[in-house]
Amino acid sequence: MFETLILMLDATMRVSTPLIFAALAGLFSERAGIVDIGLEGKILGSAFAAAAAASIFGSAWIGLFFGIAASISLAMIHGFACITHRGDHIVSGVAINTIVAGLTVTLSMYWFGMGGQTPTLSGDERFLSITFPFADALADVPVIGLIYSELLSGHNLLVYLAFAMVPFTYWVIYKTRFGLRLRAVGENPHAVDTAGISVAFLRYRALIICGILCGIAGAYLSTAHNAGFLKDMSAGKGYMALAALIFGKWRPVPVLLACLLFGFLDAVAIRMQGVVIPGIGEVPVQAIEVLPYVLTVLLLAGFIGKAIGPKAVGRPYVKERA
Amino acid sequence: MTNKTTPYAIELRDISKRFGAVQANKDICLQVPAGSIHGIIGENGAGKSTLMSIIYGFYEADAGFIEVDGQRVGIHSSQDAINAGIGMVHQHFMLVENFTVLENVILGAEGGALLKGGIDAARVELQRLAEEYSLDIDVDAIVEELPVGLQQRVEILKALYRGARILILDEPTGVLTPQEADHLFRILKALKEQGVTVLLITHKLREIMASTDNVSVMRQGQMVAHRETVNTNKEELAELMVGKKVRLTVNKDDATPSDVLLSAKALSQFDEQGVKRLKDVNLELRAGEIVGIAGVSGNGQSELLNVLSGIESMSEGEIHIAGEVITAQNPKNAAQMRDLKMAHVPEDRHKMGLVTGFEAYEAAVLGYHNSETYNGKVIMHRKVMIDECKERMAAWDVRPPNPHLKTANFSGGNQQKIVIAREVEQNPDILLIGQPTRGVDIGAIENIHEQIVKLRDAGKAILLVSVELDEIMALSDRIIVMFDGAVVGELDAKDADERTLGLMMANAYNEEQEGESA
Repeated sequence: MFETLILMLDATMRVSTPLIFAALAGLFSERAGIVDIGLEGKILGSAFAAAAAASIFGSAWIGLFFGIAASISLAMIHGFACITHRGDHIVSGVAINTIVAGLTVTLSMYWFGMGGQTPTLSGDERFLSITFPFADALADVPVIGLIYSELLSGHNLLVYLAFAMVPFTYWVIYKTRFGLRLRAVGENPHAVDTAGISVAFLRYRALIICGILCGIAGAYLSTAHNAGFLKDMSAGKGYMALAALIFGKWRPVPVLLACLLFGFLDAVAIRMQGVVIPGIGEVPVQAIEVLPYVLTVLLLAGFIGKAIGPKAVGRPYVKERA
Repeated sequence: MTNKTTPYAIELRDISKRFGAVQANKDICLQVPAGSIHGIIGENGAGKSTLMSIIYGFYEADAGFIEVDGQRVGIHSSQDAINAGIGMVHQHFMLVENFTVLENVILGAEGGALLKGGIDAARVELQRLAEEYSLDIDVDAIVEELPVGLQQRVEILKALYRGARILILDEPTGVLTPQEADHLFRILKALKEQGVTVLLITHKLREIMASTDNVSVMRQGQMVAHRETVNTNKEELAELMVGKKVRLTVNKDDATPSDVLLSAKALSQFDEQGVKRLKDVNLELRAGEIVGIAGVSGNGQSELLNVLSGIESMSEGEIHIAGEVITAQNPKNAAQMRDLKMAHVPEDRHKMGLVTGFEAYEAAVLGYHNSETYNGKVIMHRKVMIDECKERMAAWDVRPPNPHLKTANFSGGNQQKIVIAREVEQNPDILLIGQPTRGVDIGAIENIHEQIVKLRDAGKAILLVSVELDEIMALSDRIIVMFDGAVVGELDAKDADERTLGLMMANAYNEEQEGESA
């Protein structure tokens, strides 16, 4: 039973990683006042770019670089529409998702001719697991051994990076000048403008960070979690990250917990596949997979606390005296 | 004469600014001696705010330049203005509401990439400023939990923290009680004594007379006069503002109230959180009188209007009107109240009085759009509506008299005339009217006040809610003061003066009386 739990938690970490990156990406964007429904598209775009580049250049790191570059480009398109031209954030985000869903498949057919996939990656083309020192030796020690060797050890670099990003984000948001301004611009951009700070530049910088984080999330999917790009492989992770962001009330640590919860539910869903529970029968996987969204809707409806986002989120900034 | 060798704290030379077809500022010149309080007065739309936005770097002037302490400065952004020692307290506060006072003050002047050092330094500096200018404040309080007067203080501290030597205040008293406003003026005097130059933008003559050293008058984008405050008076300034003689009081005969047309008994309302917003209000409206409701905004006036007009239902109490008794169990909605010959000019014409995307003739039938006058069997009589709108526009002097112009494109005063005309022309017995002249210029105020008095003389009952004490005192026959959802005082308009009303509005009248007798 304990071993099963550890294995499920181990799976949770792997499944949560892209959620954490994407949710933190959304946190930077939304705290700055830009709604980012385009997380999904950025993840997918990055997953494709990373896999394609890793396959061509033979390096996961180069893949990661291209993944991030693709994701930042998409974030900048979003910024150009929403910040420079004061467009509707949702429309721009949905447009990005739609374009990316089609473009990745089209490009990969054109370049690789493998029915919308990229070639399978191996060796240095992927981020491989890191085994902690003495992990094998300690594996047989009761309780601690299992936690150390199974849960903590044996993940790839990006998994650890995701968890490290949470305190880093907390520090940036709450302890730095940039974070203070970022939070301010999402609440009242007029206050930022009259303090002599450029609202547009600040928001663009937030979107660049958003792009970098989504880029890592996408690269993780195609070059670490899987071995190549598959059509629509982001599979709603961007939306789930957005749900986690709301569920965590736009704060780094609660967002991490929300990502872990949603990741855990995902791990449960995978594990429950085809399992027959006595008296109930086979639990439909979808019933578990839908839980994150149900929880988020309940939260938004006010059943679990209150979720109040940054006040100016989604509102184009027009420099004008109110 | 000012000594030639002392440069002015700020000097404007031939500033001009055009927005499309509108010349907002034309060849503005202004000289403000250091360490003085300088008033700038003008009607809404006279170009005061545009001028201040130019000084603070929100807009760039098309022509002209600005000198600070005798040095020509290029102000292209707020940052340039801050660097030149100019600070601004905006009419709508530029504060991040869920930040602490400290965070708001350092925003944009953090003193380093990390907050830690900056926050500690700011804490010390704020302490010093607070003592120097008697601007006490809890620096760790969350801004949205502070009363408005203190929020304004945060704005002032923000400017001083950035080393402002010239402080611009844009309509600073609009949101304050008379007592808070007095406190503000004491702070401004203290600032002046410390050598800070204050530019005070307002349309309230009383404040200019009470607190400034010099005053400049703007009219239609131009600076029309400069005066030393001691050498001028309210009447002259008012005349300069509008360019013709205006009355500051409304000419009206004594009221001759007759039958009670509406009476409210122990009217109460709870909001969604269960907080009692309206507390046992008793009220009688008689034919032929104007009852004014005075109070700082947010003390239950809006709730009272909403309940009386049927927009919201009451929680307790009853309303007697036209032989009907309305209770919480037997509510009537706004349309049903209109059928009882009650008309309502809502406080916020943009949110509740008009659909700003509608053309004027459409907005002019809102609320009465189901009337047979406007409707055929299937489609509405567009021509009837347009013709009627044209007639009203002529009768009420709405400019431009174009029924097809979107209501958003009329000025505030003309929008208000469209709303008031719509309600009054239905010939109601009772008129509820909220903030009739908010954001309306003096010429139109006069016109609107005359119409209200005319309506009273025709034997209608009028309930007037306004945050402008001048207006309440000029129009009302009887004044009711509200505080925290309850009626705290009622007096005959003849016995009312600003001090008494101000004390009542702050619910300090009784204490003050006791204090004086002790």
